Amino acid sequence: MEPKIIAFCCHYCAFTAADLAGTMRQQYPTNIHIVRLPCTGKVDVNMLLGAFVEGADGVMVAGCEVGSCHFLEGNVRAKKRVDYAKKKLEEVGVDPRKLEMYHIAASEGPLFAQTARDFTDRIAQLPGNKEGQEQENHRQGKADES
Amino acid sequence: MIVAEQKTFQQIFDQVKDHNTLLVLGCGTCVTVCMAGGEREVGILSNQLRLAAQKQEVNMEVWEHTITRQCDGEFFDAAVAGKIEQADAVLSLGCGVGVQHIVELFPDVRVYPGLNTRFYGANLEQGVWAERCAGCGECVLDQYEGICPVARCSKSLLNGPCGGSSDGMCEVNPETTPCAWQLIYDRMKKLNQLEKLLEYQPPKDWSKDHHGGPGRIKREDMTLE
Repeated sequence: MEPKIIAFCCHYCAFTAADLAGTMRQQYPTNIHIVRLPCTGKVDVNMLLGAFVEGADGVMVAGCEVGSCHFLEGNVRAKKRVDYAKKKLEEVGVDPRKLEMYHIAASEGPLFAQTARDFTDRIAQLPGNKEGQEQENHRQGKADES
Repeated sequence: MIVAEQKTFQQIFDQVKDHNTLLVLGCGTCVTVCMAGGEREVGILSNQLRLAAQKQEVNMEVWEHTITRQCDGEFFDAAVAGKIEQADAVLSLGCGVGVQHIVELFPDVRVYPGLNTRFYGANLEQGVWAERCAGCGECVLDQYEGICPVARCSKSLLNGPCGGSSDGMCEVNPETTPCAWQLIYDRMKKLNQLEKLLEYQPPKDWSKDHHGGPGRIKREDMTLE
């Protein structure tokens, strides 16, 4: 089963890029569930942790490039909150690589699709997810043999 | 305001992990403003506890609630009282006063502290707080033109600086803590009040501080008896 991924995207850049990706017929996994925000500055640590509590396997936050936030600094503040949330996840034993912040401009539809593919691959391969666990078991099996 | 900060998650989890239903109770006053124990922090910590419980396969249901003030009985309404009584334990995100006040109001309930209460402080900028008052019980700010040597001098010296003042900073924390006596001197010089510093200040009456035992104030004009 594909990992369930929540993507918090800002209206002005990343969400528009996701829209453009669709218009351009770019393929990206269907397991990405996009939540549109007016700005990634709306992102709250509790919102990110809550997604994991509700069963998300991975959470990505995608905002404008640094310096081009429609609200000036919302994306920079979101990055700080994502970093803080990563620490909070680590404290409870959840791999912080399950959460990531990206900066994607509105014109970068292909980049959004690529990021969605890359992040899905990352989550799928982390220990704890099916594919990642198979790899982990395989590695351990080899280690036992040797 | 009272400034506090959260204990480490591990410390908190170790305190509460054996309880099946836990009420995380926030406080809407000082610790909300210093971003340690308000509604937002209750949400974050509760979600951390849920994730940790899932991860460690611990059976724990976490409830959230925040009241206006934990140090005031009138804010413990029926809604929160019901939750406190039904939960196995309460994790208070109030200051030390809040924790103890819950214990006094609900003597049969286990209550744990989620915060370390640090000091009475001011908010210097978003995310930065600094101590400004030591609650010594006998304010001396009139003698020092509004800068407190009790709270802001690392040694609480009342008659001038020690040898640890360097470039205006205190040797205890030279990166972040200004020497209180440098601040006092500069301000009094600016206000032409330097003569006041020639007056010898006798040892302070510390009995008004905690050294005189736990404080208590009773206002006869305000009591309802």
